[in-house]
Amino acid sequence: MVTFPGSLDDRDALRAIRLAGAEPVALWHGDKWLSDVDAVVLPGGFSYGDYLRCGAIARFAPAMESVIDGARNGLPVLGICNGFQVLCEAHLLPGALIRNAERRFVCRDQRLRIVNADTAWTAGYQPGQELVIPIKNIDGGFVADRRTLDEIEGEGRVVARYLGANPNGSYRDIAGICNQAGNVVGLMPHPEHAIDPLTGPSADGLGFFGSLLSKLVSA
Amino acid sequence: MARVVVDVVMKPEILDPQGQAILGALTRLGIEGVNSVRQGKHFELDVDDDLDDATVTKLADTLLANPVIEDFTIHR
Repeated sequence: MVTFPGSLDDRDALRAIRLAGAEPVALWHGDKWLSDVDAVVLPGGFSYGDYLRCGAIARFAPAMESVIDGARNGLPVLGICNGFQVLCEAHLLPGALIRNAERRFVCRDQRLRIVNADTAWTAGYQPGQELVIPIKNIDGGFVADRRTLDEIEGEGRVVARYLGANPNGSYRDIAGICNQAGNVVGLMPHPEHAIDPLTGPSADGLGFFGSLLSKLVSA
Repeated sequence: MARVVVDVVMKPEILDPQGQAILGALTRLGIEGVNSVRQGKHFELDVDDDLDDATVTKLADTLLANPVIEDFTIHR
């Protein structure tokens, strides 16, 4: 779990990793070497103040060199919210995230449908499974040109879609996507906030972290 | 010292919610005749006289603009 200056959800992500049964490791954006971790989570927040564009400056953080190298070599990487923006800026995922179409900050429990249950982070779900997970963003609109969107859809790389009203104007209701290998996943909603019914709307988010753990243990 | 200006705007096919907000405000102000607004960014860089064009293009393409959703123009 890499903390950038301006990260907000790093603590919750660490807790989610622990509750899923894995050992969370706190990493710092300024550290070039990511030690011997088996997977990386880039948390939500406003890295480097989101100056210039969301994720644009975080993408050049020293820790990102190792994340980018690792991701290209199969290291599982999950980017949540701002982490998703960082992965797009780093061109590990296609498209980009822009200001919500309604131009308002959206914070609510969001229904989602898992579309691709074959990625490193979603293998614990069933295809078509519905989840309720919090969403909170102002720059959550997923956009790409039509050719890229068709390509993502054609290759089955839409990981999750919004159900009900689209919260941010994302093209084709896309809530999350993955790279071709399925090891890199970007997700706008926050599974780390839905790991315990006491503090969230459900425990539906735990599956993202549990999926990965099952995959690593069986590997 | 030389001045280099880089202008960045969203590609035409990408939604620009901020431009739409400005257009809405113009309508409320009663200003007629404006059909669309695209908001962009304007960067002014003071650079060494011998900074080559390739370097300027690279910095615009890798940092100032995200070529996935934005087009940029360099003026020097």
